[in-house]
Amino acid sequence: MPTDSTPAPEGSQHVLREESFTIDRRAIDYVQRAAATGLYEIRGLGAKRPVPHFDDLVFLGASLSRYPLEGYREKCSTRTVLGTRFATKPVELAIPITIAGMSFGALSANVKEALGRAATDMGTSTTTGDGGMTREERNSSRTLIYQCLPSRYGFDPDDVRSADAIEIVIGQGAKPGGGGMLLGQKVNPRVAAMRTLPEGVDQRSACRHPDWTGPDDLAIKIRELREITDWEKPIYVKVGATRVFNDVKLAVHSGADVVVVDGMQGGTAATQTCFIEHVGIPTLAALRQAVDALEDLNMRGQVQLIVSGGIRTGADVAKAIAMGADAVSIGQGVLVALGCNSETYLQGDRQISAVADYHRLGTAPGFCHHCHTGQCPVGVTTQDAVLEQRLQPATGARRVRNYLKTLTMELTTLARACGKQDVHHLEREDLVALSVEAAAMARVPLAGTSWIPGHSAT
Amino acid sequence: MADLTSKEFDLSVTTLRDVNQYLHRQMAADGVTAVTILNPDGAHSLACGMNAPAEIEIQGHVGYYVAGMNKHANVTVNGNAGPGAAENMMSGLVRVRGFASTSAAASARGGCMVIEGDAALRCGISLKGADIVVGGDVGSFSGFMAQAGRLVICGDAGDALGDSLYEAVIYVRGKVKSLGADAQYEEMTDADRASVEQLLGIAGFKHHPSQFRRIASARKLYHWNADANQEY
Repeated sequence: MPTDSTPAPEGSQHVLREESFTIDRRAIDYVQRAAATGLYEIRGLGAKRPVPHFDDLVFLGASLSRYPLEGYREKCSTRTVLGTRFATKPVELAIPITIAGMSFGALSANVKEALGRAATDMGTSTTTGDGGMTREERNSSRTLIYQCLPSRYGFDPDDVRSADAIEIVIGQGAKPGGGGMLLGQKVNPRVAAMRTLPEGVDQRSACRHPDWTGPDDLAIKIRELREITDWEKPIYVKVGATRVFNDVKLAVHSGADVVVVDGMQGGTAATQTCFIEHVGIPTLAALRQAVDALEDLNMRGQVQLIVSGGIRTGADVAKAIAMGADAVSIGQGVLVALGCNSETYLQGDRQISAVADYHRLGTAPGFCHHCHTGQCPVGVTTQDAVLEQRLQPATGARRVRNYLKTLTMELTTLARACGKQDVHHLEREDLVALSVEAAAMARVPLAGTSWIPGHSAT
Repeated sequence: MADLTSKEFDLSVTTLRDVNQYLHRQMAADGVTAVTILNPDGAHSLACGMNAPAEIEIQGHVGYYVAGMNKHANVTVNGNAGPGAAENMMSGLVRVRGFASTSAAASARGGCMVIEGDAALRCGISLKGADIVVGGDVGSFSGFMAQAGRLVICGDAGDALGDSLYEAVIYVRGKVKSLGADAQYEEMTDADRASVEQLLGIAGFKHHPSQFRRIASARKLYHWNADANQEY
């Protein structure tokens, strides 16, 4: 039972501080906020609760039974091709690490440009979001994935034709079953015009597509997009992780070239907290179900799988690929690389403290999830003319490029240690789990045993 | 002598993909400005993604997404159309001489859609600037979350007309079963009557603008409001 052992002041009675497990300070804070406002809490980023994750897996490096590759000398390929099933022009990437869909509106135009530049330098792709395609991101991105979302804000056939792939978004991990949200303070004149909305409106967008319902319709919708793009461009289908085994199978049956599965740790710019924390399944569990679905259909390698939702490190990337993903997608990690939750921002050569600005939002560096306010102290998730200057495209591009380079070096280090000349040769057999929960979800053995919970040992 | 500016396809002979690729890639280069398509037999995605001025006549019924994302072209369906006809249209004119199924002109951003018969559920859903004129009735949830543009209904409307409207405006001549959340009747102004007259003119329907009522957003859902008992 949590207790507070602060000594009582001299002469006063001992103060007993025995906190309730059920009605703890967090619950008290929640109830009192609800009582004060009459509205649910809305915030940014992803699930904060602890869930089994890639940290709960480790690699079995090469030893006597198989030999490793030289870490610095021997080749280890990271080339990744997505959309080989039907598209005549698949997406070819230098690394299996892509940048997740995040909207202009949620992010500033400077940030969209920085992401495009960094991705282009690293030979990977960026993705639009629920606000249409900006010139900044098209011009700065060699490979740009264009999302087709329920809201269809700013959806434009010219952008469909200029994109390198189309991603039909059914849902996202932070809120499977929910529509987009952008609070009025971020709906500035440019954002409003792109979305055909009144300025300053609290935008709550649709959760279902306006012109199709269900997998049979989706198959027809995918064919329409193929007809419009003359069967050149890969069509991705993105789902928030819930009934992943069935959803991935339906996406494949509907004709997707690539399936994107976003786990519950995936981020959002603004969503109800109850949604973020209580809907959807962890990325680790989702990934295994997705791979099972592809294997069940004998479609591994024909339909590519991208996984997202809480990927942070090169080890996360390597484990996701070993589990069966063809690539990963990163949103929050990229925002943190740009400076999200930093104490300072860079202005010229000077680091300037943003701590007071965090405090004004009622938060602090390391804890901030106030993307929804549009008042991002480091200029990342904002449309404010002053704040957005705190992140310059060149600075952001350099930081994201460094981050992606680091992840790639870690990924190839781990692959070589497992004796792989190609990161895509990493396999489930290279992994064991450190916890019973992770072993059950990922369906790899608990370390040091041959035991997979729910499966009899062989 | 053959007319070199027009061309005819028979979908019972030529594949859908070949027809669409001709319309996207070859038609303009050939100097063809009028295309007739025979035996559509309910084909989906026919003449979608048009990106050049042309007169396209389809002789029969079509499936989903006819003239989807249309730009510049005038597409006429001499039959009925399936779901999502002219979805996300940008410009041009799409005319369905029969009935149109669900989600006609969904999220369309420009141009005009004319449906001479009835339209089913969710006509003009998420409309973003296009105009729609329906000669007959519309199904429930028509104009749902429509953001901009005009929807003229010459017949009756089903339930929840104009639910969660933004700045789009609906004009209705017949009975309305019910209005949706945040939709309200408003006075017709001279500008409204001129709008209706203009759109009826394009459609070729002979009604008088004075017979129409205006429906627009009360704008009470534009901002979070804890005291409004809204079911967010």
